[in-house]
Amino acid sequence: MSVLDSKVPKGPLKTKWTDYKNHIDLVNPANKRNIDVIVVGTGLAGGSAAATLAELGYNVKTFCYQDSPRRAHSIAAQGGINAAKNYQGDGDSTYRLFYDTVKGGDYRSREANVYRLAEVSANIIDQCVAQGVPFARDYGGLLDNRSFGGVLVSRTFYAKGQTGQQLLLGAYSAMNRQIARGKITPFNRHEMLDVVKIDGKARGIIARNLVTGEIERHSAHAVVIASGGYGNVYFLSTNAMGSNATAAWKIHKKGAFFANPCYTQIHPTCIPRSGDYQSKLTLMSESLRNDGRIWVPKNMDDVLAIREGKKKPTDLSEDERDYYLERRYPAFGNLVPRDVASRAAKERCDAGYGVNATGEAVYLDFASAIERYGKEQAKIHNIANASADKIYELGAAIVKAKYGNLFQMYEKIVDQDPYKTPMMIYPAVHYTMGGVWVDYNLMTTVDGLYCIGEANFSDHGANRLGASALMQGLADGYFVLPYTIGDYLSHEIRTGKIPTDTPEFDAAEKEVTDKINFFVNNKGSHSVDYYHKKLGNIMWEKCGMSRNAQGLREAMVEIKELREDFYKNVSVPGNANELNSELEKAGRVADFLELGELFAKDALEREESCGGHFREESVELDGEQKGEAKRNDKEFAFVSAWEYKGEPGDAILHKEDLEFNEIELKQRSYK
Amino acid sequence: MNLTLKIWRQKDAQSKGQMVDYKVTEISEHMSFLEMMDVLNEQLINSGEEPVAFDHDCREGICGMCSMYINGEAHGPDRGVTTCQLHMRMFKDGDTITIEPFRAAAFPVLKDLVVDRGAFDRIQHAGGYISVNTSGNTQDANAIPISKHAADEAMDAATCIGCGACVASCKNSSAMLFVGAKVSQYALLPQGQVEATDRVKNMVAQMDLEGFGNCTNTGACEVECPKGISLENIARMNREFLSANIKG
Ligand SMILES: Cc1cc2nc3c(=O)[nH]c(=O)nc-3n(C[C@H](O)[C@H](O)[C@H](O)COP(=O)(O)OP(=O)(O)OC[C@H]3O[C@@H](n4cnc5c(N)ncnc54)[C@H](O)[C@@H]3O)c2cc1C
Ligand code: SF4
Ligand code: FES
Repeated sequence: MSVLDSKVPKGPLKTKWTDYKNHIDLVNPANKRNIDVIVVGTGLAGGSAAATLAELGYNVKTFCYQDSPRRAHSIAAQGGINAAKNYQGDGDSTYRLFYDTVKGGDYRSREANVYRLAEVSANIIDQCVAQGVPFARDYGGLLDNRSFGGVLVSRTFYAKGQTGQQLLLGAYSAMNRQIARGKITPFNRHEMLDVVKIDGKARGIIARNLVTGEIERHSAHAVVIASGGYGNVYFLSTNAMGSNATAAWKIHKKGAFFANPCYTQIHPTCIPRSGDYQSKLTLMSESLRNDGRIWVPKNMDDVLAIREGKKKPTDLSEDERDYYLERRYPAFGNLVPRDVASRAAKERCDAGYGVNATGEAVYLDFASAIERYGKEQAKIHNIANASADKIYELGAAIVKAKYGNLFQMYEKIVDQDPYKTPMMIYPAVHYTMGGVWVDYNLMTTVDGLYCIGEANFSDHGANRLGASALMQGLADGYFVLPYTIGDYLSHEIRTGKIPTDTPEFDAAEKEVTDKINFFVNNKGSHSVDYYHKKLGNIMWEKCGMSRNAQGLREAMVEIKELREDFYKNVSVPGNANELNSELEKAGRVADFLELGELFAKDALEREESCGGHFREESVELDGEQKGEAKRNDKEFAFVSAWEYKGEPGDAILHKEDLEFNEIELKQRSYK
Repeated sequence: MNLTLKIWRQKDAQSKGQMVDYKVTEISEHMSFLEMMDVLNEQLINSGEEPVAFDHDCREGICGMCSMYINGEAHGPDRGVTTCQLHMRMFKDGDTITIEPFRAAAFPVLKDLVVDRGAFDRIQHAGGYISVNTSGNTQDANAIPISKHAADEAMDAATCIGCGACVASCKNSSAMLFVGAKVSQYALLPQGQVEATDRVKNMVAQMDLEGFGNCTNTGACEVECPKGISLENIARMNREFLSANIKG
């Protein structure tokens, strides 16, 4: 028997959340003043949660490692946020958003959570507009929408290519209002390094002031972790440099189960790595695939000539090119889902057809789109016998209007003009769907310890769609957690202030200080990045898009060895009691070195291809789907939740079986 | 490329700082400026020295964290970019590059190139928000129609990333472009009207309290702003401020 209780309320799916809200215990407003809540992380999830909890009357302390909440990684999200508003009248509904999200997650998410997400999604837009978020508008003054990632309705709200920025600034402004009222005390440039448990309940945290190095104790009646995703375990990813797993991993070590660590989303359209010095990868919005055609040369001679600079991609004729997505997936072509597009690109590059110096790039070509739009424009403007130059000019103008800022960003980084020569793209690690296990209340397996946003595992299953992460972050923070946490806190009204001079705080602080002292005193010979890059390499090669049992077993051993070497030979200059970015990195990489091993273990356990994860042993052997990923619902329709037992390799697996009452499980097909 | 770097080193807020020379070799022109700094730091760590502290996070020009004064310009010689988007192809083999923190009385140096921009946050606490409850019981979003033009203009103002380049490049260390952008975003939207008067007064008062200088219309801020925030926002703030004071 599993010890996991998802606490999903009984009753019909459609009324679960309403019924639940009608029956939970409430905290009297006068009592809220006596209750403290800590929120770690001020991205979309943490920022919106902190503002709402403070508005309800709780005393909130927020923590973030940046100098301001406004700089959390959420700021980088480009494309948009989904909501079932049906403003376009194209048949969208709560049910459809729910259905698309469960299917898009390859049937590995919890029905009740996803339904609730779809239900509150419409409120998010109302809330953000009321806060002054400048979403795109049409000429009638109403909100505009775009469609995103293979969905058949137009439900994505956006603010230019800067949706995350604007949503975060909205949440941050809501925080500002509460900071001005004295209901939120912000601790910026502070890093949470451990959680403190008293009598089995989360009662506070240990944090380091990143400017002075001071170790601080903060107590509260409940602790909320909103610390984002762990994609940087790969070293190279589209995540911000500071994004890390520390908060989530530290609570895992204190009893919070870690779910589905092997579920990562790999995004197909990123700017390729150009050399070993590279520190991060840059995303090019997925919308480019609406017009770009993806190809590599058919002949190896051409590949080599291009790499050596003897030929240009534009020298190759149509039939010297392999439009491999159009060839393999005639129905969806270049618009196959992210995981399929990513895997296909890697397959071609692994076979030696990569077109840049590192052999890790394919072309995303806009030439046919420019020509098609150009001819159309020539017709519209009644230009008979338009010259090729004229057609190009007209077409390029249309492409510029649609993707101008992305093209400019590409040109700044790569120094090539994508209007004239095809872009080079390659898949990159983007988003982690795994994370801390939470029940329907968003509570972890530790009482009073909550986890929201990308840091938790809920809602996305195995293959997150675009525009759904922002939605989940804000849904959790504005509309779900403020209710569910009240149910817990209603039992805390007589607890009183929680002292920080207790043995539990002493012990947690000692553990943190010992670790810091170890790092600054260990006079090793390698930098922290040296280890991080090595770890990233193992993760990408053996726990990346395509995995097999042997590789995963090797990865577990290699990561463990790397971890041992790290503790012997890492070198961290500077002192503990000052601003020391190497020390910050050391702690984060230490946690990645443990998480990475659990990641491989989880992937090894999951003997099915699922979402973005192609398990080489689980492949369709014949029929129309021959060679494609094969999911195994009979044996693997569960959430894996790992319990910490010392070494990551010794973690114990608990399974939460997933029930699907509203949705029939179907194999995906993109042929 | 081989380069000589002259970098401001300062142990902490209390210590005195100084310029120190470093050499870096084999810099690829495809590197970003921060990747070049990574190379330097790796070199320093390997020789047992302390790496240069600098702020950065997203490395794609949107978080506003990376702040350096390069060869006398905020974010360096390229236009419309942050330091993380600045590429080494803007420099030549053999160049000497001067790298300093953003200097302004209201932005104290914390260490090396890291400065404290908390003043920007405090200005926003003073009024950078619309007082609406986060309960989700707000009216339907389309019940507040906003003209495309106003929405686009508000969006342009809201694009400010709070990097502080405007302050650093201003001879008076004025924060008017930043505050102007914030005030404008709300001034352009119907939702922000009710408290417009208090907002602009409170934000301007806090700005003065933080020790930022006054605007003398030099326009250096607009030139150095990586997000193209226009001086029009300062004018709009001044109008708002004036009419707020007339209203009393
Ligand atoms: C380039 C890019 C584009 C994207 N585009 C989209 C999109 O178009 N649509 C979409 O839906 N999603 C998109 N995503 C995904 C989405 O942005 C993220 O999933 C989401 O923003 C995560 O929000 P969060 O609040 O959970 O975490 P974050 O925004 O990552 O916030 C984490 C917070 O935790 C703090 N923190 C972390 N660790 C600690 C610690 N130990 N102590 C103290 N504080 C800590 C940080 O300071 C920060 O405040 C994109 C992601 C990327 C990388
Ligand atoms: S106005 Fe421009 S320069 Fe000033 S903080 Fe905003 S983005 Fe930076
Ligand atoms: S690191 Fe975010 S803007 Fe440069």
